[in-house]
Amino acid sequence: MNKVLLSGNEAIARGAYEAGVQIATGYPGTPSSEILATIAKKYKDEIYAEWSTNEKVAMDVAAGAAYSGRRTMVTAKQVGMNVLSDALLYTVYTGIEAGLVVITADDPGMFSSQNEQDNRWYAKLAKIPLLEPADSQEAKDFVVLGIGLSEKFDTPVLIRTTMRVSHSKSIVLEGERPSVPQEVGPFVRNQEKYVCTAMWAKKRHPVVEQRLVNLARYAEDAPFNHVEWAEHSLGIIASGVTYAYAREVFPQASFLKLGMTFPLPEELIRSFADSVEKLIVIEELDPFLEEQIRAMGINVIGKEIFPPYDELLPDTLTQVGLESGLIDEVKGMTRSVIVPTELPARTPVLCAGCPHRSTYYWLNKMKMPVAGDIGCYNLGCLPPFNAQHTMGCMGASVGVLHGMSIAGVPEHAVATIGDSTFFHSGMPALLNMVHNQSRGVVIIMDNGTTAMTGHQDNPGTDWTLQGKDAPHVEFEPLVRAMGVEKVLTVNAFDIGEVESGLKECLAYDGPSVLITEGLCAQLDRTPKPSYMVNPDKCIACGACLKLGCPAILKADKVDEKTGKPKAEIDPALCVGCDICRQVCPVEAIQISKDRESQGDR
Amino acid sequence: MKNISFLVAGVGGQGTLLASDILAEVGMEAGYDVKKSDVLGLAVRGGSVLSHVRWGEKVASPVVRKGDMDYLLAFEPLEAMRGVEFLHPKSIVLCNTKAMPPITVSGGDEVYPTHEQVMRVLQSAAGTVYFVDASAEAERLGNLKVTNVVMLGAFSTLLDVPRKTWESVILSRIPQKYVALNQNAFHTGCTLAKRSQQS
Repeated sequence: MNKVLLSGNEAIARGAYEAGVQIATGYPGTPSSEILATIAKKYKDEIYAEWSTNEKVAMDVAAGAAYSGRRTMVTAKQVGMNVLSDALLYTVYTGIEAGLVVITADDPGMFSSQNEQDNRWYAKLAKIPLLEPADSQEAKDFVVLGIGLSEKFDTPVLIRTTMRVSHSKSIVLEGERPSVPQEVGPFVRNQEKYVCTAMWAKKRHPVVEQRLVNLARYAEDAPFNHVEWAEHSLGIIASGVTYAYAREVFPQASFLKLGMTFPLPEELIRSFADSVEKLIVIEELDPFLEEQIRAMGINVIGKEIFPPYDELLPDTLTQVGLESGLIDEVKGMTRSVIVPTELPARTPVLCAGCPHRSTYYWLNKMKMPVAGDIGCYNLGCLPPFNAQHTMGCMGASVGVLHGMSIAGVPEHAVATIGDSTFFHSGMPALLNMVHNQSRGVVIIMDNGTTAMTGHQDNPGTDWTLQGKDAPHVEFEPLVRAMGVEKVLTVNAFDIGEVESGLKECLAYDGPSVLITEGLCAQLDRTPKPSYMVNPDKCIACGACLKLGCPAILKADKVDEKTGKPKAEIDPALCVGCDICRQVCPVEAIQISKDRESQGDR
Repeated sequence: MKNISFLVAGVGGQGTLLASDILAEVGMEAGYDVKKSDVLGLAVRGGSVLSHVRWGEKVASPVVRKGDMDYLLAFEPLEAMRGVEFLHPKSIVLCNTKAMPPITVSGGDEVYPTHEQVMRVLQSAAGTVYFVDASAEAERLGNLKVTNVVMLGAFSTLLDVPRKTWESVILSRIPQKYVALNQNAFHTGCTLAKRSQQS
């Protein structure tokens, strides 16, 4: 067997391959995005993978594929599950013809999400089995087991990772791909199973309940739940990567390691509890296991000592362990004595050459309320722009803008939304603005890609994840067809065009759309010369610094009159987008002569 | 056997993750169990990047406790300073000297620490500290992007793994047309380290 080092996400992709999955769908979202990217890169011939327009669409597509007899996987980040869940809930009643697993990649610690929700509850809500891998080997194996469970019990299966599983790497032993049907038969006509109309769905509910009972029985001897005996004074129940942390911090304890965390193996837990003096459950975020174990009448220590927020990293477990007397000392570890130093923060910024910069430059200057959305452009909320005043979830900006409008906010407000986010869930909200005759400007910031999550395709790109050509959907005819009468398209790299477009839309009495077009700086490979600041002309006014461009720095030279630092441009970072030249009031910024000939990038 | 733990710190875009991937893979090729954990988030947009890498007979946690990092491989001095809380008095630090001021400094009012401050903090937290100007060497080789491989070359001299293992792992991850450049970069790093260890 081949031994490889894989991230959890790469291992899930490998698991799909080894499980005979033939169709994989999803919408990008950290920390889940690399799963489909890996499938498209490595297993393209065996597995069809697509970025669907949103998670709910991805789940409906997956349902259709699994009904048709193809083993299928769907991926979403934790908040993506909220969008996906409507579709998931009906597949619980229908069951499937071929295995169906749903991956939710949760984000304890909130590295790139708007909340810290614990998606294990979705398994309980939906009444489906839940698997939680602890490392890459399990991530791979659990997809194979999940597809097996799905077919054995005729149910979708939820696999929950966290950022530390998805983005950690560990050694994986690779297996083989089973043989899978090349063709599927005619679509199965089984209305009482697959049509969730009330009269038929009502008969399916008892099936769902019985399935749960059967699954709980199965969990008692399932290969992924096991006991690791050590000292009997302390017993720990854990799952996922928290198990790995706890193993390190509490080396003397006995462990009940749960790979399947819903439904729970009650007898296994009871016998483990009876064999240890003190029982604790260590789980990140909510007391999901703890509440269920308590409901069995078993006394267990959990959230009374472990925080219900943030990651439970080994440092936290150590601290709690020491404070609560579970451990006496940490052997063989001496921390350096550190004099605390205030260090300048390194906040993420819009890249040099980012097409979103011009829009937030003006939104900052014009001071109107801005409803923000999910994407790189959310960085518009930070200095120097401070030009986003709400941000909640994918597509929220447009609905929030309409809410501001009907509430009677006296200022003219704006929504900023990226191309992929607009396709994801901005469109119904814009139709709502049209239908309910709103007022406000929706700025569609079209950078030609789903940038923040790693430049995935969307209906606005002319290619698909499969590497096939696709029709490039144009925003202007699209929003006109949706009934928006005032629509302007401007060049995001022309600061004057953005300003006049914005002013024209703001003056319009109705819903309007401003499309700011400019390719993502990470994708633009056109060679352009870099720029420089002429120190003799620079008056140290700081206008270019207000662009928040990482290539523009404060120079050592100061203006003699004001004592303020002049600007300079780092030629290694500048990509020649020209925006700073346009905002300079004294024409001090020009193309760098020594770089002009090279077209350096 | 005790695990060997590494903290790899840098700025988004510096090739920090590629370097920590290589470090992990070198460990695997050298026969260790290996785990690593990356914090990516919005790192690609110029934020801080941190990777924990562990080699050992059997590694449980991919995340290392503060005080348990044996090595700090830092691509940028400020990021090295952020990592000191993970060190113990015998830790070894290899730090690139090239500063990359964050926007809070270059466009804001915060102040970047002086080289003396960086040195004082690192030396007070670790047992041994080496500085190398890997960025300058990479630039001299004609491509700033190989700073990470220059750093790995220098770092390889601190560990007991055959040079061949390093080279084969690095070259397996590099497109054909950059092989010579990266071989040069790795070699340059090795020489650089020997010089800074003698001085």
